[in-house]
Amino acid sequence: MPETTITEVPDVSGKSILLEGVTKRYPGQKSPAVDGITLEIPAGKIVMLVGPSGCGKTTTLKMINRLIEPTQGRIVLGSEDVTDIDGDELRRRIGYVIQAGGLFPHLTVAANIAIVPKMLGWDKKRIADRVDELFELVSLDPADYRNRFPKELSGGQQQRVGVARALAADPPVLLMDEPFGVVDPITRQRLQDELLRIQDELHKTIVIVTHDFDEAVKLGDWIVVFSDGAHIVQYDTPERILAEPANEFVENFIGSGAGLKQLTLRRVGDVTLADAVIAPLAK
Amino acid sequence: MSNLCSPVLPSGLVAAFTPTRGARFEQETCGVLSVWDFLQSHFDQIAFSSWQHLSLVLRCLALATVLAVGLAALAYRSRILSSAANTLSANGFTIPAFAPVGIVIAPLGFGVSPAVAIVTFFAVLPILRNAVIGLNGVDQAVVESARGIGMGRGCTFFQVELPLAWPVILGGIRVSAQMVMGIAAVAAYVLGPGLGRFIFSGLSRLEGANSLESVLTGVIGVVLLALILDLALVGLGRLTTPRGIRA
Repeated sequence: MPETTITEVPDVSGKSILLEGVTKRYPGQKSPAVDGITLEIPAGKIVMLVGPSGCGKTTTLKMINRLIEPTQGRIVLGSEDVTDIDGDELRRRIGYVIQAGGLFPHLTVAANIAIVPKMLGWDKKRIADRVDELFELVSLDPADYRNRFPKELSGGQQQRVGVARALAADPPVLLMDEPFGVVDPITRQRLQDELLRIQDELHKTIVIVTHDFDEAVKLGDWIVVFSDGAHIVQYDTPERILAEPANEFVENFIGSGAGLKQLTLRRVGDVTLADAVIAPLAK
Repeated sequence: MSNLCSPVLPSGLVAAFTPTRGARFEQETCGVLSVWDFLQSHFDQIAFSSWQHLSLVLRCLALATVLAVGLAALAYRSRILSSAANTLSANGFTIPAFAPVGIVIAPLGFGVSPAVAIVTFFAVLPILRNAVIGLNGVDQAVVESARGIGMGRGCTFFQVELPLAWPVILGGIRVSAQMVMGIAAVAAYVLGPGLGRFIFSGLSRLEGANSLESVLTGVIGVVLLALILDLALVGLGRLTTPRGIRA
């Protein structure tokens, strides 16, 4: 992991992720939930996993930090094979955000954010400084929010704290499972904008599961469209998926108005093309 | 537990149950006053026995809490074990408090150990039930996010699941405390410590001098202790429940 100090963030602090022939089979089920997926996620990009419910996108996400242990296959983080290292140790190096933040209701907001640094054995001063810094990063006033409990925050604020907690130990990779699923549409937009702003600053590798295609188009540098068994139907930039859907399945998933959606999506800074990513279709 | 108290009756107590003050008709004439007299003349023994009673209950409660939470920790992840624990705690209540007396006397003899065994057994039941319910009631999203940020199983249990289930477990401890206050009186039957001896000695000499006073002292003492302990547990709940999850 490239050493990053608290104050200066290098251009790309993210690491690439490689899933190689990863399969998840649950006992007593005929077809595997994830069927031999091979997927490379480039460093410093936001990659959206989309697909109908039950297609295995969440399972795929949770196998990256081995919250779900793969039955087969390899997981490589940067240049390190993490398939067999200690799972808890791995997860401390990967940020994880779930719907509504998943905050611990019995701890203050500051204590929630401090959990991972504490587990990593940082000293008190460093933790306190880092927590304040993260409050600023997610646009919350530390003095005002530090000692509140999660139930004293709105849904959007809880989600922000969830992001702050995930970023606490400055992990190269951030995994988000339907992060903005339960907030109202206006807050959702605001949180999405904020995530893009944070990403502009930090350049993490961010993998987001969503069922909302519009969200995928807005946030994603790349979009992976899954069908059942986490088979990759198309892995492409949002523009290309909108302009040239690989097949009818993708077309249906995009829904109507692909042209309109295309208009909303480009961020000026991203016009130059990113490196091509090879995504062999799993078979 | 050995310092809990001696199974040998304190010398003064024997005297307490022997008619010392005249004939029965004297006592009958002034009921309330005679209880008062009894309290005054036996104050030391009553205080001592009350303290022992409370001490027995507190220690057994502590032991039962550890046992019940430990059992719940083993059981709550599995549906089969959870329902087994529930069945045990539900059916355990149907055992009369006296029933285990005979069983424990054989291996443990008389005195403190059988009393502790009986009281602890009954104390475990409500706590076990609530601990299983409380641990199962913890929001799975919170548990998942704990695992997701790299907390190990043990760490998740002690830092997340147990604190969140604590108010429910404490509810079980309160029920348990009320219940075993009464059950602890049975301890006197195995010559254990506590207020039970006033009840049993009174009952066995019914119609004898001071018998009713003795029973009333035991019963009221138990009720008062139960109230005091419940208040204390409410206070403990306030102190140990984080502000973020208080109702």
